[in-house]
Amino acid sequence: MTVQPEPGPVAGDTLLRCENVSLSFGNVRALVEVSLTLSAGEITALVGDNGAGKSTLVRCISGIHRPHSGRIVFDGTEIDFHSPEDAREAGIETVHQNLALVEDLTVWQNLFLNREIVHRVGPVALLDRRAMQSRAREMVSTLAVNVPAVRSRVRRLSGGQRQAVAICRAAGFSSKLVIMDEPTAALGVQETARVEELIVRLRDEGHAVLLISHNFAQVMRLSRQVWVMRAGRCVGGRRTAETTGEEIVALITGAAAR
Amino acid sequence: MERTDMANATLAAPDREAWSARLKDLGFWAEWAALVGLVVLVVVFQVLNPTFLSPGNIASMLVAAAILIVLAVGQTFVVATAGIDLSIASTMTLGAVAFGQAYAAGWGLVPACVLGIVAAALVGVINGVIIAKGRITDFIVTLGTLSAASGLALILSDGKPVTIIDPALLRLSTGGIGIFGWPFLIAVAVALAAHVTLFHTRFGTHLLATGGAPESATAMGISTARIKIAVYTISGVLAGLGAILLVARIGAAEPAANTSFLLNSVAAVVLGGVSLFGGRGTIIGPFIGALLLVALVNGLTLLGVSQFYQPLAVGIVVVLAALLTRFQR
Repeated sequence: MTVQPEPGPVAGDTLLRCENVSLSFGNVRALVEVSLTLSAGEITALVGDNGAGKSTLVRCISGIHRPHSGRIVFDGTEIDFHSPEDAREAGIETVHQNLALVEDLTVWQNLFLNREIVHRVGPVALLDRRAMQSRAREMVSTLAVNVPAVRSRVRRLSGGQRQAVAICRAAGFSSKLVIMDEPTAALGVQETARVEELIVRLRDEGHAVLLISHNFAQVMRLSRQVWVMRAGRCVGGRRTAETTGEEIVALITGAAAR
Repeated sequence: MERTDMANATLAAPDREAWSARLKDLGFWAEWAALVGLVVLVVVFQVLNPTFLSPGNIASMLVAAAILIVLAVGQTFVVATAGIDLSIASTMTLGAVAFGQAYAAGWGLVPACVLGIVAAALVGVINGVIIAKGRITDFIVTLGTLSAASGLALILSDGKPVTIIDPALLRLSTGGIGIFGWPFLIAVAVALAAHVTLFHTRFGTHLLATGGAPESATAMGISTARIKIAVYTISGVLAGLGAILLVARIGAAEPAANTSFLLNSVAAVVLGGVSLFGGRGTIIGPFIGALLLVALVNGLTLLGVSQFYQPLAVGIVVVLAALLTRFQR
C-alpha cells in the first residue's frame, strides 16, 4: 500500500519536537507555549477537549498556520513552513478531519492531487493518466476490504472508503510522519476497526503517526505515548503503558495536575 | 441523492455503467442536455423549414457561433472554479476598441491584434488579482470591471466606431475549409486546447479541485489564488481573441455593450452542464451549448418569428437547462 519512508531516524528517536509553540487569532490564544515530542516509528496520541488546540497545533505542523513564536524541529532541522506544500515536501502528510478530498474528482485523481505523474510531449507536460491509475490501483488494492474502484468519483464512496483513500494518500508518498485528525470520528464500528488496522500497518511500515482522537479506548489500544492539551496548553504527557484512562481524563478536565 | 449504499455493496465496482442503465438515469440527460436540445432543435427546424440544414445555412451558423464558443470556453474555466466572469463581453469590447484604435493609428494588423488581446488579458489579470488577493466575491469584482471596461472602451473610442477594412481580416471572416469558416475552425482549435488543458494537465486538475473543494485543494498544497488569477487571465485572453473575430465579422471596432454575448456565454456554460458551484464541467458541453443557442436564434429567424421572441426563447431554454442540472450526479 505504501512507499517505505526513506531510512531516517531509528524507531524511538525523536522525530518531531515542538518547543514553546504559541499562536493567537486576534485575542484568542489558540496555542500557549506548547512543547511536546514525537518519536519515530510509533503512534503518538494527542487528546483534549473540543477547542483545546489540538487541530490548531496540527495545522501548525502541517503548514497551514505559522506559529507566532516557538520552534518546531522535524527530523533534525527546524521547520518554517509557508504552505502545506512545504510540509508535504518535508515528509509530513496529514489526514485532515474533513479528509481534504475533492468529491467531484476520481479516487486516483485524489490520490495524486498535487503529486501528479506527467510525461512531456514537446513543450507541454501531460498527465500520465494510465500510470497514475495503475499506481492508484496498487495503492488501494492492499486495503483490507471494500476496495473502491480508482476511477469512481469520491462522491460515490462510503465514509470508510473515503477515510481509506485519504490514509492511502498520506501513506503513499514516502512520508515520515502521518498526522491523523480524528480519523474514526464519523465511522461505524466495523469501519473504525478497519481504519485502526490501517493505522497500525502504517506504523509497522515505519511511518510515525500522530493520532488525534476522542476515543480513549482507541488511544489506549494504539498509542505508545499520549499528550494531553487543555485550553491551548500542553498539560502533560504519559507513556500509554504507564497510565490509565482515568488519569488521562483527569488531565483533560484539569482535575489532575501535570 | 448520494448513493453510498451502492458503492458499499459493490466490491471494486465496474468503472463504467451499462448504457441501458445510464439512459434511465435523469443525471445522464442532465449532463447531455445541450446535445439532446441541439438534436431536438435541429430536427424541429429542419421539418419546419428545409433550408435550415442547407450547407450555406450550416456554414453561416458555425461562423456565427465562433465568437460565442470562444467566450463560452473562457467562461467555463472561470465557472469551473466556482466563479463567474460578468465582464467577459465588455472586456471583448475593450479589446476590439484597442485593436481598432491601434489599427487606425497605423500599427499594422498583427501588432493591433496583439494589443487587443493584451488589453483584454490585462482586464482578466486585474479581475483575478482582486478576486484572489483581495478576497472579494467574483460577482462584484467582475460586475465592476464590466462597467469599467465598457467605460474605457467609450473613452478610448470617443464613442465612435472605427471602420476597419483589411484584406487579411476579410479573408479571416469569409474564408475557410469547405463549410467550416476560419472563425469556426479557430473556435474548434481553442476548444480542443481548452479540453487538453482541463483534463490532461496538472493545471486542469488543480483548477477542478479549486472549484470543487477549495479547502481540500489548499490542504494538498495547491495555490488556489494562483489558479483563480490564471482562469480570469485565460478568460481575458479569450475575450481578446473574441474581439478580433468580432471586428473581422462586422468590419468595424465598435464601443457597443455586447450584453447578449455575456448572457449567452453564461447560458452556453449552463446548457453545457458545467456546475455553477464549480469543480465539474466539460468543454464539449458549453461548445454544444453555444451551437444550440445560435441554432435557436437562426432557426427562429428562418421561420420568420419576430426578433422580439428570440431573447424570450433563449431565456426559457436556459432556465430549463438549469432545472435539468439539478439532477446531475
